[in-house]
Amino acid sequence: MDVKRRDFLRIAGLGAGLGIGGQAVWEVVKGDDVLASTHREKTEGKRWAMVVETAKCRAHDCTDCITICHKIHNVPHFDDPKREVKWIWRQGFEGAFPDQFNEFLDEDITGGSVPLMCNHCDNPGCVKVCPTGATFKREDGIVVIDMHRCIGCRYCMAGCPYGSRSFNWQDPRKGLDRIDPEYPTRTKGVVEKCTFCSERLAVGKLPACVEACPYKALTFGDLADKGSDVRKALKGVYAIRRKQSLGLGPSIFYIV
Amino acid sequence: MLEKALTGGKRYWTWLAVVVAVIVIGLVAYLYQLREGLGITGMSRDVTWGFYIAQFTFMVGVAASAVMVVLPYYLHNFKAFGKITILGEFLAISSVIMCMLFIFVDMGQPARVFNVLLHPTLHSMMFWDMMSLGGYLFLNILISRVVFSAEAKGIAPPKWIKPIIILSIPWAVSIHTVTAFLYSGLSARPFWMTAILAPRFLASAFAAGPSILILLCLLVRKVSRFDPGDKAIRKLSEIVAYAMAVNFFFVLLELFTGLYSGIPQHIEHFHYLFLGIGSATGLVPWAWSSSILMVVALVMLLLPKVRTNLRILPWICVMVVLGLWIDKGIDLIVTGFVPSPVGTVTEYSPTAPELLITLGVYAIGALIITVLYKIGIAVREAEAA
Repeated sequence: MDVKRRDFLRIAGLGAGLGIGGQAVWEVVKGDDVLASTHREKTEGKRWAMVVETAKCRAHDCTDCITICHKIHNVPHFDDPKREVKWIWRQGFEGAFPDQFNEFLDEDITGGSVPLMCNHCDNPGCVKVCPTGATFKREDGIVVIDMHRCIGCRYCMAGCPYGSRSFNWQDPRKGLDRIDPEYPTRTKGVVEKCTFCSERLAVGKLPACVEACPYKALTFGDLADKGSDVRKALKGVYAIRRKQSLGLGPSIFYIV
Repeated sequence: MLEKALTGGKRYWTWLAVVVAVIVIGLVAYLYQLREGLGITGMSRDVTWGFYIAQFTFMVGVAASAVMVVLPYYLHNFKAFGKITILGEFLAISSVIMCMLFIFVDMGQPARVFNVLLHPTLHSMMFWDMMSLGGYLFLNILISRVVFSAEAKGIAPPKWIKPIIILSIPWAVSIHTVTAFLYSGLSARPFWMTAILAPRFLASAFAAGPSILILLCLLVRKVSRFDPGDKAIRKLSEIVAYAMAVNFFFVLLELFTGLYSGIPQHIEHFHYLFLGIGSATGLVPWAWSSSILMVVALVMLLLPKVRTNLRILPWICVMVVLGLWIDKGIDLIVTGFVPSPVGTVTEYSPTAPELLITLGVYAIGALIITVLYKIGIAVREAEAA
C-alpha cells in the first residue's frame, strides 16, 4: 500500500484527536465530575458522613460553621423566618431528636443546641419524590440539587423529615450583602440545601463547616473506609442519628 | 358545535363578562407572583404547600362527578342518567383543567414544568399523578365529544367508544388513588401517612362531585328548558348519601387509629387541627365547622323524606360541598405541615394575591363549564323541541 508520509501523519493526528475528544465525551457520559479531570487531588469517598460531638457544640454558643457556610455558598439572609433560607442551623435537643427526648434526660444532654443540616441519607426521601430527577444522590452518597432542572414544586420539602431544605420564596440575591464569585447564586423558585461542600471535596478540601469549627466538634470522612476519621470518631462512643426509625439512613451522627 | 355557545341572552353574557373579569384579575395577580416569586403567598419554609395544592386536592375529588353517573348508566343500565352523563363529563373536564392550573400556579419555576415529561421519574408519585390526570382529561374529552356529537346528529355512538367509557371508570378511581399517594407515601408527614387516605379521597370525591352535579342540574333546570329529571337528581342524592356515610366511617377509622394508638407524632397534628397548639389556633374554627357541616348533612341525607325533598336538597348539597371543601381545601394539606419536622408551629393563611389567583383559576373552570353546558343545553333543547 502506498501511503505518503504526510497522509499518514494526518490520519494519525486525526485518530489521536478523536481519541482524546472521545475520552472527554466518555467522561461526561460516565457522569464523572468534570472538575475531577482537572484537579488531581480530588478527595475520593464512597459514602461521605459527618460525626458531631454535641458536647462541644452545646458548651459553646458559637455560629462559626453557619457563618462560613452561608458566606461561601451565597446563602441569602432574610429577617422573616417564613422566608428563611438555611443550609446549617442550630436546634435544641427536643426539636432535633423528638423520638429520643424525655423530660428526665439530664440538662447536660438536652441543654444548648446542636448543628443540623442535610443528612445526605443513604435512602433519601427527597430523591424518591422529586418528579424531575433534579435532586439526586451521587455515587459518593452526597444528595445534590440540579438548580437548572428544579421546577420548584417543593415536593422534596414535604418528603424530607428533617426540615433540611429551603425554598427561594423570592430572589435570593436580594438577601445577600456581598456575593462570593467563587460559588453560583440561585434564582427564585428553586429549592436549595447543604451539599457537604461537594465543590470543596472536588479539590481535596474538607467541608467549610468542619474546617471552621474552633472546637473541632465536626469530623468528616468516608463511612465505607474503616480507617477514616469518621469511623475512628464513632469507636467507643454512643452516637445517634435523627429519626433513624424512618429507615432513610441519615449520614450525620451525633455523639451525645 | 362551538357556535352554540355564541348565542345567548343578556343573563348569559353578563355572567360570562363577570367570569372573564375575575380571570383577568387573577391573571394580573399571577403576573405579580411570576415577577416576585411565591413569597407573595402565605406559604413558608415550614408550610411549603398551601391554598393552591389544597384546591387541587379538592378539585380532583370534583372530577369524580363523571364516573358516578357513567357507572350506573353504562354498567347498571340506569336509564335516568342517560341525559346527564354529559353534564358529569363536562364537569370532570373543567375540574381536571382546574387541577392542572392549581399545580401550575404553585410551581416556583413554571417555565420548566415540562421537565416532568422531559425527565420522567417513575419513582415520583407526581409523575404518575400527571399521567393519571392527563389521561382522565383526555378520556373525558374524547368520550363526551364522540357520544355527544353522535347524539346531536340523532345517531347511535360508534361501538368502539364503549370500551373507552368502561376504561374511564377505573381511571377515575386512579386519579384519587394516585393523588392520595402523593401524600400518604411520605414518612416525613405522619398526618398523611395513612392507608385510609386513598379510600377517604374516593368516598369524599363521590360525595362532593355528585353534590355539585345536583346543584348544576337544578341550575340548568332553572335557566333553560332542559330538564335533567327528578329521578336522576334523586338518584344522585342517594349516591351522595352513601358516599357521605362511607366517608364519615373512614374519618372515624382514621381518628381511632391515630388517637387510640397514641403515637405523639401522629396526635400532635390532630391536636393542632381540632384544639390548636398554644396560641396557634388558626384551623380550629374551620375543623369544627367542617365536622358539623358534614354531620348535619349526613343526618339529613339519611332521612329519605328530607333527602328527596328537592327544596331542601340543594342546601344539603351546599353543606356537603362546603364541609368537604374545608376538609380538603384548607385543613388536610396545612395540618400535615404543622408542627414542622423540628417541632416548630408556623401557621398559614393565604394572602390577598394568593386568593385572587385561586379565584382566577376557579373562574377559568367556571368559564369552561359555562360554555360546555351552554352547548349541551342547546342540543338538549333542540331535541326537546
